[in-house]
Amino acid sequence: MIEKKFIVTSPTGIHARPATQLVQTASRFTSDIQLEYKERKVNLKSIMGVMALAAGKGAEITIIVDGNDEEAAIEQLATMLKEEGLAE
Amino acid sequence: MAFLQGIPASEGIAIAKAFRFEPIDVKIECKKVENSTKEVNLFYEALEKTVDELKQIKEHASTEAGIENATIFDAHLLVLRDPELIEPVIDRIMKKQYNAEFAVKEITDHYIHLLLQTENEYLKERAADIKDVANRLQAHLLGIPVFDPAMVTENVIIVSEDLTPSDAALLNPSKVKGAVTNVGGKTSHAAFIAQSLNIPSVVGTKTALGDIENGDVLVVDGYSGIVHINPTPELIEEYEKKQEQTLRDLSELSWLAKEKTISLDEQYFSIVGNIGSMEEAKGVIEHGGEGIGLFRTEFLFMEKKQLPTEEEQFHVYKSVLESMNGKPVVVRTIDIGGDKELPYLKLSKEMNPFLGLRGIRFCLGEQSILRTQLRALIRASAFGTLKIMFPMVAVIEEFRQGKLMFREECEKLIEEGVEIGHIELGMMVEIPATALMIEAFAKEVDFISIGTNDLIQYTLAADRSNEQVSYLYQPYHPAILRLIKNVIDAAHKEGKSVSICGDMAGNEVAIPLLVGMGLDEFSVHSAAIIKTRAHIRKLNKSEIEKKIDILLNLPNAVEIESALENFFYKKL
Repeated sequence: MIEKKFIVTSPTGIHARPATQLVQTASRFTSDIQLEYKERKVNLKSIMGVMALAAGKGAEITIIVDGNDEEAAIEQLATMLKEEGLAE
Repeated sequence: MAFLQGIPASEGIAIAKAFRFEPIDVKIECKKVENSTKEVNLFYEALEKTVDELKQIKEHASTEAGIENATIFDAHLLVLRDPELIEPVIDRIMKKQYNAEFAVKEITDHYIHLLLQTENEYLKERAADIKDVANRLQAHLLGIPVFDPAMVTENVIIVSEDLTPSDAALLNPSKVKGAVTNVGGKTSHAAFIAQSLNIPSVVGTKTALGDIENGDVLVVDGYSGIVHINPTPELIEEYEKKQEQTLRDLSELSWLAKEKTISLDEQYFSIVGNIGSMEEAKGVIEHGGEGIGLFRTEFLFMEKKQLPTEEEQFHVYKSVLESMNGKPVVVRTIDIGGDKELPYLKLSKEMNPFLGLRGIRFCLGEQSILRTQLRALIRASAFGTLKIMFPMVAVIEEFRQGKLMFREECEKLIEEGVEIGHIELGMMVEIPATALMIEAFAKEVDFISIGTNDLIQYTLAADRSNEQVSYLYQPYHPAILRLIKNVIDAAHKEGKSVSICGDMAGNEVAIPLLVGMGLDEFSVHSAAIIKTRAHIRKLNKSEIEKKIDILLNLPNAVEIESALENFFYKKL
C-alpha cells in the first residue's frame, strides 16, 4: 500500500474537468485507489465520489493505492496532478 | 390553418420543422421486482444503451454542432461507468428487490444532495449533470424516448416552455433557425438569448407546446409575433420572399460593421450593444459595436440557485472587459424586482412590483449584495474600460448612497493592494421625476443612460406586461420625447454624455428624433447595431434639429409619427 499527500493548487479546486481526468487516469489501474480529504475517503475511480468530496484550493488530500500496479498508479496520478496544475 | 399570436422577441423570418424541446421528467416509483437477476440484466442493457447514446451525442456535439465544450459529455459518460453507482444499484436490486430505476434514483439523489451542499458553484452545477444522466438512464429503463437538441440533423425551430442559457448552450446554432416559447416577454431571458443567437423568435405564445407537434412546419414571423402552423404553400412562398429580401438587405450592409457612425453633416454618434451574459459580448464585437452600453447583470443572479460569489462575478466581469479590448463597458448593477424575481431570496410578494422594491431601492436595503457586486466590478476594472450605473434612481439621495458605497469599497480594495482602473459612475433615468429633476443629477453623475422601456410605462402609467393597456406603450408620445430632450439638454450643459438603452434606441421611427435631439449613444442588441448605424448615416442632424420644437409641440404620438414621415422619409 502506498500513501501520498498533495495540496490542491488549482484555484477552482477539483471540479468537473479535472475530476474527469483524475478518474479516467485512476480507472486504468487494477489497484484499489482511494482519495482522502477531511477524514472522508472516496473511491478515486468514482466521478460522483470525487466531485462530492469538494476539495477546494489549498485542501490537503491523500491518495491511497493498494494493489499489484500501485507504484505505476501513484506515479501516473502524481504526474497528472502536477502537469494539469491541480495539486502538488 | 392555425396560427399563434405571441410577442415578437427577435426579428427575422424562420421557416422550418418544429422540434419540441422539453426537459426529461420521469416519475420514479419503488416497486418490488420478482426476478432480481433479470432486473440486473435490464439495468446493464439500459446502461449500455445510454452510454452509446451519450457517445453519439458527444461525437455529434464536437463535430457537427462545433460545441467547444464537448468534454462535459466525458463527465456524463464517467457517471455511467462509476463503480459507486453500478455496484450499489446491483446490490439494491439483489438484496432489496428494488426496481432498477428506483435504485438508480436512490444512489444518484445521494450524490446530488452532497454536491448541492458544497460551497463550490462549479460543483453545484454538476448536480444538474448527474440528474441529467440519471434521467436518461431511467428513461431507457422505462422505455421512454429521449430527444436531444444537440442531435438535430435538419433545420428546426425550437418549441419550448422557456429558453435558458444552459438550454442555449445545447442548441446547435447551425440547425436551429428559430424559437417559439410558451412564456416570456420582450425583455425576458428567452428574448435576449434569441437576439444574441440572432434567430427569429416569438415568445409568450402561452400554448405553443400544446398546439405544435414535432415535425409540424412552422413559419416564425419575428416582426409581428405570429407563428403559422402548417401553412399553405402560397403563404410559405410569400414568407420565403420576405426572408430573402431581409437577408439581402443585411448582407448589403455588412461592410458597415467596420465603419464609424457618422451623420450626413459629419456628426459622430456611438452605437453600442446590450448584453445579459459574458457569451454575448462576442456578438457585439462581430457586429461592429463600439462598446457595451448595457450589461444586465441580474441574469447572473437569476440563473443560479443562490447569490453568485464575488469570485464568480469577478470572473464574468473580467472576461467581458477583456473581450471588449479596451472599448467601454457599462455595467448596470443588479436590477431585481418588478418582473425579475430571485426565488432564493424569498422576497415578499408586492401588490405593484413595478412600483415596489426594485433596482437601487432593493440594493440599498440589501447592502451586502450590492457591495459584493461592486467589489467584483472594481477588481475587474483593471482589465478594460469600466463604467458602472445604478438602475431605478428616483431621488438624488439614492445615487449619493450608492456612490458612497462604491467609494468605500474602492478604498478597501486599494488598501488590500488591488490594482484598480478608472471607473465612471452613472445612473439610469427611468422615472419621470428623475427626468424632470435631471439638472441636479447631471452635476453629480459621470454619465446618464435612459431606460426608455420603463420610462414609457411610468410616464403613461401603463404596465408594459399588461396586454390590455399595451396601446399606451407609445415611444413617440410627446411627453416621452420632451423628457428625453430635457435629460439630453441638461446633461450636455454639464458636459455629460447620454445614452438610450431601451428598445427605442433601435426603433426606425425614433432614431431621427433622437439624432436631432443630440443623443450621444444608442445601445441596442447586437443584431441591430449595423441597421441602426446605416440609418444614422442617412440622416442630417442639423436639419432635424430645426424641426424638433415643432414636433415636440404636437399633441400626440400619431401626429408626431406622420409629421416625421413628411419631414424625413420622403427624402430617403
